[in-house]
Amino acid sequence: MTAVSPAQIASAVAASEPVLVVRDLAKSFGGVRAVDGVSFSVLPGTMLALIGPNGAGKTTCFNMLNGQLRPDGGQVLLAGRPITGMKPRNVWRMGVGRTFQITATFTSMTVRENVQMALISHAGEIWSPFGRARDRHREAADALLAQVGMAAQAERACGVLAYGDLKRVELAVALANQPKLLLMDEPTAGMAPRERIELMALTADIAAAEGIAVLFTEHDMDVVFTHSDSVIVLDRGRLIAHGTAEEVRQDPNVRAVYLGTGATSGGH
Amino acid sequence: MIDLILNQTLNGLASASSLFLVASGLSIIFGVTRIVNFAHGSLYMLGAYLAWTLVGRFGPTDALGFWGGVLLAAVLTGLIGVVIEVLILRRIYQAPELFQLLATFGVVLMLQDVALGLWGAEDKIGPRAPGFKSFVILFGNRFPTYELFLIAVGPLVLLILWLLFQKTRWGTLVRAATQDREMVGALGVNQRLLFTSVFAFGSMLAGLGGALQLPREAVTLHMDLSMISEAFVVVVVGGLGSVTGAYLAAVLIGILHAFGILIFPKITLVLVFLVMAVVLVVKPYGLMGKAPVGHQRAHGPAEPLLLPADGLTKLAGLIGLIILALAPLVAPDHILLTLTELVIFALFAASLHFMMGPGGMASFGHAAYFGLGAYGAALAVKWLGAPMEPALLLAPFLAGIAGVVFGWFCVRLSGVYLAMLTLAFAQIAWATAFQSVDLTGGDNGILGVWPSAWAVSKPAYYYLTLAVCAASIVALRLTIFSPFGYGLRAARDNPLRAEAIGLDVVRIQWVAFAVAAFCAGIAGGLFAFFKGSVFPTYMAIPRSVDALLMVLLGGVQTVSGPIIGAFAYAGLSEQLMKLTMYWRFVLGLSIVLLVVLFPRGLVGAGLALRERWRKEPEPAATLVEARP
Repeated sequence: MTAVSPAQIASAVAASEPVLVVRDLAKSFGGVRAVDGVSFSVLPGTMLALIGPNGAGKTTCFNMLNGQLRPDGGQVLLAGRPITGMKPRNVWRMGVGRTFQITATFTSMTVRENVQMALISHAGEIWSPFGRARDRHREAADALLAQVGMAAQAERACGVLAYGDLKRVELAVALANQPKLLLMDEPTAGMAPRERIELMALTADIAAAEGIAVLFTEHDMDVVFTHSDSVIVLDRGRLIAHGTAEEVRQDPNVRAVYLGTGATSGGH
Repeated sequence: MIDLILNQTLNGLASASSLFLVASGLSIIFGVTRIVNFAHGSLYMLGAYLAWTLVGRFGPTDALGFWGGVLLAAVLTGLIGVVIEVLILRRIYQAPELFQLLATFGVVLMLQDVALGLWGAEDKIGPRAPGFKSFVILFGNRFPTYELFLIAVGPLVLLILWLLFQKTRWGTLVRAATQDREMVGALGVNQRLLFTSVFAFGSMLAGLGGALQLPREAVTLHMDLSMISEAFVVVVVGGLGSVTGAYLAAVLIGILHAFGILIFPKITLVLVFLVMAVVLVVKPYGLMGKAPVGHQRAHGPAEPLLLPADGLTKLAGLIGLIILALAPLVAPDHILLTLTELVIFALFAASLHFMMGPGGMASFGHAAYFGLGAYGAALAVKWLGAPMEPALLLAPFLAGIAGVVFGWFCVRLSGVYLAMLTLAFAQIAWATAFQSVDLTGGDNGILGVWPSAWAVSKPAYYYLTLAVCAASIVALRLTIFSPFGYGLRAARDNPLRAEAIGLDVVRIQWVAFAVAAFCAGIAGGLFAFFKGSVFPTYMAIPRSVDALLMVLLGGVQTVSGPIIGAFAYAGLSEQLMKLTMYWRFVLGLSIVLLVVLFPRGLVGAGLALRERWRKEPEPAATLVEARP
C-alpha cells in the first residue's frame, strides 16, 4: 500500500465540505441580467467546468468570484467565510489563486522571479525596501516550478517563453499562496491540442494531490469532458444544467443550447 | 457686486478662448496620432510672433491688413506643423510614448531659439484690432469690444469643429481614427495624409490662438511653456480627446482665474489645483473623457528583463566613484563646482528614474520636488534660523510631503494623463513660490543660504555632496532590487496580475512617488546650499525637462542609465552654452536626432550593441518583441 500524504488525508476529511459555495449570484448591466440567480459549489480536490455559449455570463460570473466585479446580489463563501464583493487582492489573500485567459506575467522578471514575487507577497514582505528579492523564497519557487515542469527554464525571461510554458508559469504563480480554490479563465485558450491535455492533466493531478478545488471556464468540449469532475452550464445568465460530464452531455436543455456546436464535439 | 461678478465672468470667458483653441488642437492631435505634443505651446507662441510681424507689415490700422495678418499667421503655423510632422513625428509613431514626448521637447527647445533669433529677446506689443478699439459700457464698467469678440470666438470655433467632424469625410475619419486607429488603417485610409493633415490642423488652431492674443497681451518668449501647462490642465480636466470637454474646461479655468484674482489674488493657482483635484477624484479621465481602452501598453515592446549589475558593471561604478572622490586632489575649484552640480543632478535624475523606470510613472514636473527641497532648506534658514545640517535634514521632508499629497492624485491616473498632471502640479508649486512674496521673496528668491563653516570650502562641500548623493543613489538602487522594488515593477509590468497576487498597486505606486519626491528633495536641499540662494526657477518646467532628458538619454530601463545620462546631459548643455548663444537649438536638435536614432537611450543602445557582440544562442530578453 502506498503512503498517504497529509494533504490527501486533509482533503479526504474535508471532502464533505465544499471549498466554494455560490448562492443566488446576480449581476445586471443596464437592465440586462448577465448573471441571474446562479448557485453552485465546488468540493476540494475536484475540477468543476463552467461552460456555456458566448454571452452566457461565464466571464461575468468569474469576475464576481475573483473580485473584479461587485455582484448586485447573492453570496460567495470560501471555506465558509464570505468573500462577496472583496477586491481581487483580498480575495487572493483569502486563498484564491487565479490564471488569466490572456497570460499575465511580469515580463521584466525571470520565470523564477515571477513565482518569487507571489511568494514575497504571500509572506507579507512587499514593503521591505532592502535585501535582494532574488534571494528570497528561492527553494520554494523552484519547488513550485518543478511541480509544473518549468524548473529547467527558471532563469529565462518571461517575455521569451513559448505560450504553453507561460501558462505553466502562471499556474505556478497561482499556486504560490497555497490556495484552497483555483480559478482558471479559459486555461487552454490559444494552445495546441496536445498542450491543452498536458496542462489540464497537470492541473487535475495537482488539485487532487493538494485538495485544491478548481473552477474553470472552457470552450474546448474535449477538455471539459476529459478533465472535469462535474460541469455546470450557463445560458443567458441562468444555470441550466449541473452534473457529471456525461449527464450534462445527455441533457436535452444543454443539447438545445449547443445544437450544432458542443453537442457534436462530444460525439466521438 | 452683481456687476462685478458679471464683469469677471466676461473676462474669464474672453481668456478661455485662446486656451480652448490651443487645448482643442492638442486634444485632436492626441486623439488621432496618440502623441502628446509638448511643442503645442511653442506653436501658439509662433502664431503670436508671426501675427505681430505680418500685421505690422500689412498695416495694423487697416482691417484687411490686421485680420489678413492674423489668419495668415495661423495658416503659416499650420505649415510649420506639417514640417514638424513630416520631418520628425512621422519617424517615431511606433516609438514608446516617452520618446515621442522627448522629441516634441526637442522641438520646444529648437523653436525657442528660432523665435529668439528671428524676433529677439524683447517683448513685442501688438496693435489693437481695427474695429474693436472701443469700449462698451456693461454693468457700469467699461468693457473692451475685442474681449466680447474673443468670447464669441470660443463657441464659434467649437461649432465649426463640430460641423467639420460631423459633416465632412475628413472629420469622420478623424473621429474614427480617434476611436480605433488600427481599424481605420485596415480600411485602406491613407494614414500618412490623415496624420499630417490632423497635425497641421491642430497646429493652425494653436497658431490662431496665439495670433488672436496679439491685441490683448505682449508677445514674449515665455508664452510657450506657460500656455502648454495651462493647456495640459484644460485637457486633463476636460478629458483628453474631447473637444467639447476642452471648451468646458477652458471656460472653467478661465473663469476661475478671473475670480481667483479678485478674491484670492495670491492663490489663484491653488484654486485651479483644487478644482482640478475635485474633477479628477469624481471623474478620473476628465469631464467628458473616457477611460483609455487598452491604453497602457498601446505600443512599444514589453518591459525588458532587469538584471542586477554583474561584477564588471559594479567595478566600473566603484572606479567611477573613486575617480570622483579623488577629483579634489587635482581639479581646480571651478571644475569642482561643475562636478558638485553634476553629482546633485545625478541624484535628481536617479530619483526621477526610480518612479519612471521601475515605477512606470513618467513625471513632467519632477523639478517641483527638487525645488521644494531647495525651498525647504532655504525657508528653514530664513525663518527658523537653522544652520545647514538641520536645514538639509528638513529639506527632503517638504518635498516628500508634497509628493504624498500630489502623488495621491497622480497615481490614480496612468501614462500621459499622469505625466500631464505631474506637470500641472509642478506649475502650481512654481506659482506658489512665485506668488507668496512674503514667505519666499517671490521672484527675488531667498538669498544667503550658506553652508556651515566646515563645509564652506569647495572641496569640503563637494565631499558632502558626493557622500550624500552616492549614499542616496545606492539606497535607491538597493530598493529597486528589494521586494518593494520588485512589487513596483510588478505593478508596472502587469497591474491586473499584481492585484491578483495580493499587491495593492495604487498604494505601492503612491509610496514610490513619495520616495522619488523625497530623494529629489535631498538633491534640492544640497543645491540650495551649493548656490547660496533659491529661486522659483528651480521648480520651473525647464528643470523638469532637464531631469526627464537625463533619464531618457541614459535609458529608462537600465539602473545606471540616469547617472550616465545626468553627466552626459549636464556636461553637454554646459559646453553648448559656452559655445553658442543658440545652445537650446543645438540641444533640441541633438535630442530629436537621438530619439530618431537611439530610441532606447545611450545605455540601452550600448547594451544592445553588447548583446549583438556576444551573439548569445538565445535572443536577449531586451531585444524581444512585444507579445500579443
